[in-house]
Order: sequence, then C-alpha cells, then structure tokens
Amino acid sequence: MGEFKVHRVRFFNYIPSGIRCVAYNNQSNRLAVSRTDGTVEIYNLSANYFQEKFFPGHESRATEALCWAKGQRLFSAGLNGEIIEYDLQALNIKYAVDAFGGPIWSMAVSPHGSQLLVGCEDGSVKLFQITPDKIQFERNFDRQKSRILSLSWHPSGTHVAAGSIDYISVFDVKSGSAVHKMLVDRQYMGVSKRKCIIWGVAFLSDGTVISVDSAGKVQFWDSATGTLVKNHLIANADVQSIAVSDQEDSFVVGTAEGTVFHFQLVSVTSNSSEKQWVRTKPFQHHTHDVRAVAHSPTALISGGTDTHLVIRPLMEKVEVKNYDAALRKITFPHRRLISCSKKRQLLLFQFTHHLELWRLGSTVATGKNGDTLPLSRDADHLLHLKTKGPENIICSCISPCGSWIAYSTTSRFFLYRLNYEHDNISLQRVSKMPAFLRSALQILFSEDSAKLFVASNQGSLHVIRLLEGSFKHLHTFQPQSGTVESMCLLAVSPDGNWLASSGTSAGVHVYNIKHLKLHCTVPSYNFPVTALAIAPNTNNLVIAHSDQQVFEYSIPDKQYTEWSRTIQKQGFHYLWLQRDTPITHISFHPKRPMHILLHDAYMFCIIDKSLPLPNDKTLLYNPLPPTNESDVIRRRTAHAFKISKIYKPLLFMDLLDERTLVAVERPLDDIIAQLPPPIKKKKFGT
Amino acid sequence: MVAEESVRVVRCGGSELNFRRAVFSADSKYIFCVSGDFVKVHSTATEECVHILQGHRNLVTGIQLNPNNHLQLYSCSFDGTIKLWDYIDGILIKTFTVGHKLHALFTLACAEDSVFVIINKEKPDVFQLFSVKLPKSSSRETEAKELYLVLDYINQSPKCVAFGNEGEYVAAVRDFYLSVYFFKKKTTSRFTLSSSKNKKHAKNNFTCVACHPKEDCIATGHKDGKIRLWRNFDDGKKYTYTCLHWHHDMVMDLAFSVTGTSLLSGGRESVLVEWRDATEKKKEFLPRLGATIEHISVSPAGDLFCTSHSDNKIIIIHRNLEASAVIQGLVKDSNIFTGLMIDPRTKALVLNGKPGHLQFYSLQHDKQLYNLDIIQQEYINDDGLIQIELTKAAFDCCGNWLATVEQRQEKETELELQMKLWMYNKKTQGFVLNTKINMPHEDHITALCFCNAEKFENPTLVTASKDGHFKVWILTDDSDIYKKAVGWTCDFVGSYHKYQATNCCFSEDGSLLAVSFEEIVTIWDSETWELKCTFCQRAGNIRHLCFGRLTCSKYLLGATENGILCCWNLLSCALEWSAKLTIRVMEPDPRSENIAAVSQSSAGSDLFVFKPSEPRPLYIQKNISREEVQWGVFVPRDVPESFTSEAYQWLNRSQFYFLTKSQSLLTFSTKSPEEKLTPTSKQLLAEESLPTTPFYFILGKHRQHQDKKINEALESELVQLPLTENIPAISELLHTPAHVLPSASFLCSKFVNSLLLSKETKSGEEILEDVDMEEEKESGDDSDEERDFTEKTQDTNDTDLGEDIIHQLSKSEEKELRKFRKVDYSWITVL
Repeated sequence: MGEFKVHRVRFFNYIPSGIRCVAYNNQSNRLAVSRTDGTVEIYNLSANYFQEKFFPGHESRATEALCWAKGQRLFSAGLNGEIIEYDLQALNIKYAVDAFGGPIWSMAVSPHGSQLLVGCEDGSVKLFQITPDKIQFERNFDRQKSRILSLSWHPSGTHVAAGSIDYISVFDVKSGSAVHKMLVDRQYMGVSKRKCIIWGVAFLSDGTVISVDSAGKVQFWDSATGTLVKNHLIANADVQSIAVSDQEDSFVVGTAEGTVFHFQLVSVTSNSSEKQWVRTKPFQHHTHDVRAVAHSPTALISGGTDTHLVIRPLMEKVEVKNYDAALRKITFPHRRLISCSKKRQLLLFQFTHHLELWRLGSTVATGKNGDTLPLSRDADHLLHLKTKGPENIICSCISPCGSWIAYSTTSRFFLYRLNYEHDNISLQRVSKMPAFLRSALQILFSEDSAKLFVASNQGSLHVIRLLEGSFKHLHTFQPQSGTVESMCLLAVSPDGNWLASSGTSAGVHVYNIKHLKLHCTVPSYNFPVTALAIAPNTNNLVIAHSDQQVFEYSIPDKQYTEWSRTIQKQGFHYLWLQRDTPITHISFHPKRPMHILLHDAYMFCIIDKSLPLPNDKTLLYNPLPPTNESDVIRRRTAHAFKISKIYKPLLFMDLLDERTLVAVERPLDDIIAQLPPPIKKKKFGT
Repeated sequence: MVAEESVRVVRCGGSELNFRRAVFSADSKYIFCVSGDFVKVHSTATEECVHILQGHRNLVTGIQLNPNNHLQLYSCSFDGTIKLWDYIDGILIKTFTVGHKLHALFTLACAEDSVFVIINKEKPDVFQLFSVKLPKSSSRETEAKELYLVLDYINQSPKCVAFGNEGEYVAAVRDFYLSVYFFKKKTTSRFTLSSSKNKKHAKNNFTCVACHPKEDCIATGHKDGKIRLWRNFDDGKKYTYTCLHWHHDMVMDLAFSVTGTSLLSGGRESVLVEWRDATEKKKEFLPRLGATIEHISVSPAGDLFCTSHSDNKIIIIHRNLEASAVIQGLVKDSNIFTGLMIDPRTKALVLNGKPGHLQFYSLQHDKQLYNLDIIQQEYINDDGLIQIELTKAAFDCCGNWLATVEQRQEKETELELQMKLWMYNKKTQGFVLNTKINMPHEDHITALCFCNAEKFENPTLVTASKDGHFKVWILTDDSDIYKKAVGWTCDFVGSYHKYQATNCCFSEDGSLLAVSFEEIVTIWDSETWELKCTFCQRAGNIRHLCFGRLTCSKYLLGATENGILCCWNLLSCALEWSAKLTIRVMEPDPRSENIAAVSQSSAGSDLFVFKPSEPRPLYIQKNISREEVQWGVFVPRDVPESFTSEAYQWLNRSQFYFLTKSQSLLTFSTKSPEEKLTPTSKQLLAEESLPTTPFYFILGKHRQHQDKKINEALESELVQLPLTENIPAISELLHTPAHVLPSASFLCSKFVNSLLLSKETKSGEEILEDVDMEEEKESGDDSDEERDFTEKTQDTNDTDLGEDIIHQLSKSEEKELRKFRKVDYSWITVL
C-alpha cells in the first residue's frame, strides 16, 4: 500500500481562451496578452515569464488591438468600438472612450508615444492625443472604402501605413491625406480569390512597407513610389500577423497553418553593404492560427487560437546558453482556478462564466503501490453556478467546511450558503453585500470557515465574520501609506491567528487577526510571489517566488527560519531552478511538520526538511528508490526534495487528509480535441 | 601486325559515366564525363562520343575546365596525376604528378596557378582538401609537390565540397557538420546540426553542398530530404538557415543555376526539382527520369543542365526543363540474374538492365543500343517493395527467338512465375511478344535453353525447374480464321525420381538433351524424348553442364558443387577424366572446341581454357580478378585474329568477357587498353565550330566545300559525293517530260541507288592521301608530339568506309597522317 491515496481528477473541462493580441514592452520587459474572452494578461519576462497581472474579460469586449504607450500605459481597442486604458496598479480599467467609428480593428501608438491611431470598421483612421490621464480625439485621416485592419507608424512619426482590404494606404500624418495607395494582388495560387485582406503592415525606417495578407504572401513595398519590391509566398493560408524587431534586422510572421516564419536582413555577400530580406527558419509550435506575434530583442513570441503562448529565444541573440535560451510554452494561467473543501471532499472549479462544484468519488478497495483502485461511488457534479451579467469571474473560493461559496466579478461580489440534506443541496445567496465589497482579487476562508478574507482591488483587505446565513464586517486593513498596490495572494494560518498577503511587487505583509493589526512585513524580494502558505503549529510562512526560490519565514520570530537560511546559503539544485512553471500551491501535512507539499504544472514535490539538501551533483529527479537496496544506501541517496512527475499538466494538488491527495490534471490532448479543427494540410505519406 | 604481347585483363568499357559530375564546355557544345580510366567528350547536340581522352592509368576521379583557358580541361585520377587536355583535338598537353591518390579536383578562376584536390593521406577515412600549385614549366611532365592544406577531415566525395562567391570561401560537409574556410581571413567556421538519435534529427546527415554563385549562400542537402540554405555564416554566431523540403529521401546532389536564381536538386525520386528564387512555393519538376539522380551539373553558358543517373546514363536537359539528349552506358544498377548473352543478330551483349528490362549493349561502341521492356509494368521505386525480377533469358541460335522468365516471390508459398517468348520482327527490327505462359512450372526455373541445331525447323525450348520437371516447348501453328499465327506449347514433360532439375543443355547437333537432376545427369534423345542414359559421380549437385563442340562433341562436361569437374564420354558412357576445380563459370566457345572455366579460390579467380578431349588445359591465367567472377561469355570476333603462340590461340576467334561481383566488365586483351575503344566518329572530327553530327560531315560540310572549292580538285574530298548533275539517273529524271516518265515506284529504287556511294569510283587510299596532300599545302606546319594514335588505325572491326582503308596504310603513311591529325583546322571556317 502506498503512502497516499490519490484522487486523480480529470473532469475539470477547463479550456483556456485563444490568444488574440500580444504586445511587447521593451522598457519594462513585459508582455501584454489579450485573449478572445477579453482577458488581458501581463507577463513579466524578466521574472521567469510569470503572469503577474490580469484584467478579467467581458463578454461584449472582444479585444482586437493592444498596445503600450510610453512604456507603462496599456491601451486596448475592440469590436465594441471603445478604446480602453488599463490601470496597471489597481488592476482595473481606468476609462473607456468610444471612437465613434464602429468596431475598431487596429491601433498603433506613435513612435514618440504621444499619439494613438485607431483603424475602424467604417474605413476611418482616427488620431488621438495621449494626455497624462486621458486620451483626446484630434482628427480623422482621409476615410477609406473599407475597414482598416492594420496600422503601422513610420519610425520618424511622419507617415503611417494602413492595411485595408485589397490595398494598403500610406498617410501623411501632418495632412492626414493618403499619399499612396498600393493595390495587392488578389491572385492566390493562380486562382483569383474574392478579397485579399491585409492582416498586418510594418513600416520600416528606410521607407519599406511590409505587408502580410490572406493570400499567404509577405510583400515588400517601396512607400516612396508605391511599388511592390519583393514578394514571398510562404503559406497556402492566411498570414495573420507580423512583428518587426527594434533594430529592423529581423521580423516574424504568423500564419493560419500554425507556422511562424522568421525573416532576417542579411548581407548579400560578406564584403558588400547590400542587404536583402531572406526567409530563414520556420517554427511549427502551434497547431492552429497564429493570431499574434511579437519580437522581443532576444525572442520570438507567438500566440494563437490553440491557446499556447510560445516564446522562442533567438539562439544567435542569447549570450550564454542557459535556461533563458530554452523554448517556453505557456498554456495554463499562473493562478489557482480550483479550491477544495477538505471536510466534504468537494472541488470548486472556476470557469470564465460559471462555477462547478464536484464531490470526489470514493472507494473501499485497497491495493498495492501504483494500483488503480475501482471507484465504489463516482464523482458527482453537484452544482453548476452561472454568473449574472457579461463579466468574467475573477476569483472564487469554497470554504473548508464546504458550506460557503464566494466569487467575484469586476463589479459584483457573490456569497452563497450551501445546505446539505443527505444527497440534496440547496443554495442560498447571501444578499445585501456591503458596497465596499464590489470586486475582489482574492477570496479566502479561514480554516474553521468562520471568517472570510477579501482582497479588494483598491488595495484594502476586508475581514468578515460569517454567521449562519448572514455576515458581519469586522475590519478593513488599509494599504500602506498611499500606495494602491492590490493584493493578489492570501494565506491564513490554520489556527486563524495570522493572515499573510502579497501584492504584485511589494513584499508580503503579515497581519495579526486577533488584534487586527499589521504584524510584520517580510523583506521584499525582487521576484513576484507565486504561492503563499502558513504552516500549522509552527506558524512558519512558506513563500514561493517566480524565480523558483522558496523561503520559510517564522511569523512569531519575525525572521527567516534556520532551514531557509541554510537552503539560501547552499542554493537550490540547478534543475529545480530550471523548471518552467511557477509553484501555484503550497500545503502541509498535518502530522508531519517537517514536510512541505508544493506543486507546479509538471511536478509535485514533498520537501522533507529533515533530510540533507541536494547539491548539483546529486540526482534531483530520483526515481522511486528500489526497495531491494538496503536502508543505508537509500538514506545516503535520499535528499530533501521528493519529486513526482506522474501527474501532468497538474493544475491543482492538495492534501485532503493524512493519507489522501487530490490531483487535478488537464491533459493537453483534451484541450486540443475541443478546439476548432485546424487547417487541413496534406502530410506526406498519408 | 601487332607484336604479341602478354595477355592481360583489361576493363572494356561499360564503366561508370555517373561516377563524377559531368562538365560542360564553355559553349555548351560538349559535355565531358569520366568513364573508368578515360574522359569521354560527347556532343551535347547529338549525344555522340567525339573523343576519348586516354592517358590516366587508374580511375579518373575529377574533371574541371581550365578557368584560364576554356578550351582546356583538367583531369585527376587515382594514379596521382593531374592532366591538362586540349579537348577539341583530344591532345594531352601536360601532366602534373602529385603523387597521392587524388579523389577529386576543383579549379578556381581567381587561383590562377593552383588547383584543389582531395587527398587521403594517413587514416583510411580522413580526407583533406589541398591546394596544389601547378608549376609553370614548358616540359610536358612536371611534378607538382607544393601542397597546402585547406580543410581537414572532409568527405571524399566532390559533392561535399563547394567553392563560393568567386573563391572567397570553400564549404565542405561531412556527417553532421558544415565547415567553411575563408581564404582571405584564413579562418574556418564550423556549423553542427543536432545528431541525436531521436527520430526527428536522426537523418540530419549532410549529403551534398553547393554555393550560390553571386551571394553568400550555401545550400546543403541532407539525408532526410531537406535542403538547408545557410546565410550569414561569415559571422560564426549569427548564422541562419532556411529549410526547403520536398524530397522524401536523401538529397543526392544540388546545383545552382549560373545566375543563382534557381537551385536544382535531385535524389532517389528520379525527379529533378528546380527551386526558383530558392523559395519553397515556387518549384518546378522534371519527373520520370528513370533512375536515381546521382549528380547534377549546369553548363557555364546557363542553357543546359545535366543529370547523371544511377543506371549509368547522363541526361542533358534544357533550361526550360525539357530533356534533350541521353548518353547511356552499360546499366549496372541491378543484380544480374540472366548472365551475359550475345544477341546473335547485333552481336550485342545482353543482360539485365534497368529494372524489368533487358539491355542490348554494344561492346564495340561502349554504348547501350536499346532496352527491351520485358516486365512491362511501371517500376515503383520504394524500399522494401518486392519487385518482379527478370531471372532468366535465352536466345535461339539465329536470334529469332528470345525466351525470358520473370518471377516474384512475396512469401515462401506464393510464387508468381511467367515465361515470355519474343519473336524478332524484321519490319520493326525488334522483339515482339509472341507467347506468354503463366506458371510454366510449379517452382523456380533453374535453366532455360534453346536447341541450337539448325536442322530443326521447329524451334525447341527446354526449361528445367526446381519442381522436378523439365519441359520441352515447341513452336506450333496457332492460326485461326482471323490470322496466321504461331505460338509455343508444351510438348513433353520429363522428370527423374522427383529430383530437382538444375541444368539443361542441348548437344551441338541437337540430337541429345542433357538435364541434370541434382547429382545425376540424364541424357535424353531429342527425337523421341526417351531417357538414354544417366551419369552420376556422387560429388554434389551439378552446377554447370555443357556439351563439347565440333571435334569434341562426344564429350559432356559437368561441374559440381563440391569442386569436381567431370568429363564424360557419350560414346562409351564413361567418365573420361575429372579434375578437382571449384568452377564458378563454365562457358563453351561457339567458334571452337574450347571451354573456358573460371574457378574460385580464396586468393582470387583463375581462368582455365581447355579442350574436353585433352586433359591438359590450353591456357591458365591465375588471379584474373580478386573478386568473385559471376558471369562470363565468349564473344565471336568479326575478324579472326591470328595469334601464333599456342597460349593465345584460344583468343583467335572469340573474345572472353566476364563480369565480376562488383559488376565491372573485363576481358582479355593483348593490346594496350587505349586501342580497345575507337570511336567511329574519329574520322569525322574536324572544326569545332560545326555541329558534329555524322550526317553533317557526310553532306553538309562537303557541300560547303564544293561550293567554295569548285575549281579545286574535287578528288580532294574525304568522301566524294558526285554532284547531282553528274549522275545520269538524276539528270534523266529531271530532264524527261513528266508525261512520259514511268511510275514513281519504278524510279524510286533507281534514284536511291544512284545516290549511294559506289566503292569503285575511287580507291579509298587515294582519297586519304589526297586529303593529306591538300592540307599540307595549306597549313604546312607540323607537330609530332602525339604518340597515342599509333595503333588506333589498326582496329579491325569498324564498319566505316574509311576505316578499312586505313589498314592498308604503310608505316610512313601513318606517320604522315598522324601529323595532320594534329593540324589546326580552324582556318577552314574562316574561308
């Protein structure tokens, strides 16, 4: 019989939304990604590609364009005709401005960051002035016949190229009039297609305009004369996106066949200054349309309908062949979508627009280590809770006792009381929520389910006492002197005395709940926190950061524990630091205080603090020690990190009781099976 | 006549034309290809062999035009020399001795006095690219000892080395990496591809390389069919490449067009792919080229491409991807099952050719005459596919009938067997399928022979099979009310104690048939098909069986597996003699009593020539080949030789050809190897400016001459064609009023006859002398550096009119003639 009985859950039918736009910000090395459900996510490329912020989506807000201005302001525009600016501190929408041109298809910020250009359905190109706190409509350019699908500024800011249907226009920014109109060949493999859609344009400083279109062509135009210079037919389907590097020596295009092509400017011969654009490497990391590409100085970034965000480093730009040089594929959000009620063995799954409550199956059978046990009772879908309104769910939580469910959207907070009568469940909404509980970034119930902690997007932290069918507001922790840093992660100690919270950048604050005051602040660290937990009995706070470091901080002593200092001194194993995904959940074994259980998307680990730490020479991912070897050898080879990679991709793992684990997996094949069919390509030999 | 030298084993044509890339002359008029120890010069327009450049003593491994003089050609060979030729006149200009075995040769326009060679110095698998400085000296033989190492550890094949961008750099590939050496910077960059064992990268091996003529771009071919285009390789880290993928199997060769706008690639698919602008979407194909493309080359003028194929042919292709000419050598692609045969009509060597075909190969002209499609099914080139094999073939004595057997065996029990009988059709001058017999036997056919006696009016064929039977097939009348026809039917089925029939053989007069059943030889009367007697030596299964001929026709010879050669006397029905000899090949000479037997021992193969009546062999040559000899055949000579020495008498009437395991065709000769092959077009050689079609030489050129030199002596023409006005038949035809003329069919033969050259008009000797006389007047200068032509004129078996005459020339006349061969005739064009 094994150490744990594991519930292997595969009925979480979560499907990430497809990626619509990506925008790379060179100054802060951050990447903004918008998805088809309207969500905008911000990835910090310096912090191990951690998804540090996200803005929940809205049903009516299909984002079509996303761009950064002046390095720190993020704008998006969509088919509802609005331009939206996001507040990156408070994690909400600052304002929305209607462009009055019908759905917006494209948007571009001027090279100096002072002007914003949008291309609309009615063929108008509208210029907005970016003021420090708002945007101001300035004027319209010459109106074109059909929708403007793509826009690109000349690096000097004097001209703009706009891709429409069947033609590309070049505008003079000063006069707003079209200087050139370059007609694109509709021919596609000898057959005249109905329309040729210019999906993307890029204006280079030498006056070259690069266009990508629905006929599979990448074309180079001379904007001074309005003539076609070169034509690369690269795909049998649409080429949907283009991104040029800042040095203008390479660019990347994404096609509907899922291929990403890299073009480079190389000199014709080594001793001449003449240069030409050549298609170099194709990358096939996607199965579906590549809707968006970005070009960071060291990597090609692509995303599309198949929901993966792929970061492909350019080998020639990478200085040392280290961990950053590896290909990254980000599929799952770096936050928890699942909460679990240990007492009743319930799982709450969070989807974009609904919640699902499942009861785990149970078994009476026993077996050997590694056996699959037959279920005596199947898992039960207890509840399907649909949200009201068009907004997406930000966060949700089920109380440990299983009788409370709370969730929040951008504008409303919902709390439900669950009553269990034998096999029936009744759901009762707790009404009259106070006005300050409008929106929450994180919700947490205390271990005894008597208290509810809500992190609001104003930076404040509310403590609410839950009574049978009603509640009482106890206290609000206000953010530190004037900062509006919102809290994203919460952890409460099992004895209910301590509450730890962390924001997107600042350190971790620890509050004393009994006295309702700030207890201490953990020294701030350069990398964002990915998971937090407070150990029972010892009240040690375990913090995981995006650079894969794990700290243990003793709350009563207000200092790092001895073990944490040792491991910082010795350093983690290099393979541990090279993992791809952040740790998203930490839990503890109630009977074994030396154990810390944590997991990321590809592994589950038990850290045994009593064992020696591994150094770089020892095997980190040791297979299960062979039972026939003597205890001495086993002890000698054993180290603190016990890692299991059986379950992947692992979205959630927790300890239900001393001998039971629950693991929620989401196999990638199941996601792909639910996506629309990709473009059929003839494969040789089939 | 020729002094009798010792008999030597020589290679006799049929050598690989596809061993190295063919090279075009600067004006695309000629194409050069290596052919064993020679370099052949073919006309691109007519496919005709114009010259054979002879002089190397080992395999020629590389040819290149001299970049400084496009009328000269460099060649290198395993004999360690680089030779410079004037290919228009076929003269060896210079020989540079390097000393090492040279594997490939490269020339570069910017490196004026040096060439590049691949040498293998120390270890057997380590090849190096050296630059060889060719000393400027006037002597004809110089030593080139100044070698500079350029690149180490490269592949021996010249396909894996390429010079780019006017000699700025050289790229070489081997295994999984590409090395680029920059001549100016004197640095080497090396790019390695992943070679891990996993499925994706396992076939990343480089197979060939080509450099863009104008840009810094290297194209490499790979084992998995990918083509990579490398750029930016001068900066070690920033290099980048593009993939082009169409081939599903290894890319065999790559070539850029002269301007670099398109890239040509080829491989096992037998499709020439042209990648325009080096982009994946713009490609053109020339499919169905028949066999794997081994090499691709491009003419310097840019108007022609050529592909060398694994079936020993070169296809010349126009720029618009239309095949325009085929130069076909002896096909050596497939396994030889049929053995060597002689077509009694054409005296051509017949053997397996392309898959499913029989090839007819002219030994005199070193040229394939034609292919006969036996299986008549589309050949699908795929690994692991079990093909129909042409296993047996036989001609009857006068070449009227050809019998072929094809088989395909997928599993042990599923044998598909088909026998076809082909009749020679005089009208179409080819073989036409007459009878097709499905499953003539239950099991593999082991032997097949026609009754060669001419007294039989009915052709008879005997097949022996492993199923224990031999069958006699005769030609019967198959006429019906629609047409007259003949067909083959089975006449008799014989067997002997359920033993497998292994061999069959008719006696010379056709009265007896010998069939061997494993260890036992049975003799049957061919009139009554009655078993006459049996011989058994209990010395293993009979492997070869043949009757003696002429005076020895009372003897029957059998060679057994256990290494015993037995000779039985058919009159006494007793063993005459036996010898311990492991016989691989036993062939009777059709013109004499001689029988040639090749035995196999660990040291090599030995040849024994003997008469069955005499136990002592006539001739023994030890160690004729280090490899196993697989097949042999006697080819009757057109004109008998007259060797007086007893040892060589067996070569008087026929010549013995044999094929080794590595499929080199060898023969015995007393002459030097150079004179073995004399192209018929030798005489026709003249100015380089004229297209070298034989027809042009007969008519065109002489017409021209006649117009110009109408006042000069008409007798001076090489072949005089009477002016049309002078022929009475024609003038008569032209001057007679139309209404009194007889019917056209009556006049036709008369008219055609009048156009034929009559031998009586002038003696050939006179003609030739006159040529010499006249040209002496005009040019006057002489050069006598050439000694290679001495024996050329002695060739006996040429059908050309001029050839016969040359035999009668005296030594002094020959010398004269030789002088004028050297004369530059180019002035004639100016006239």
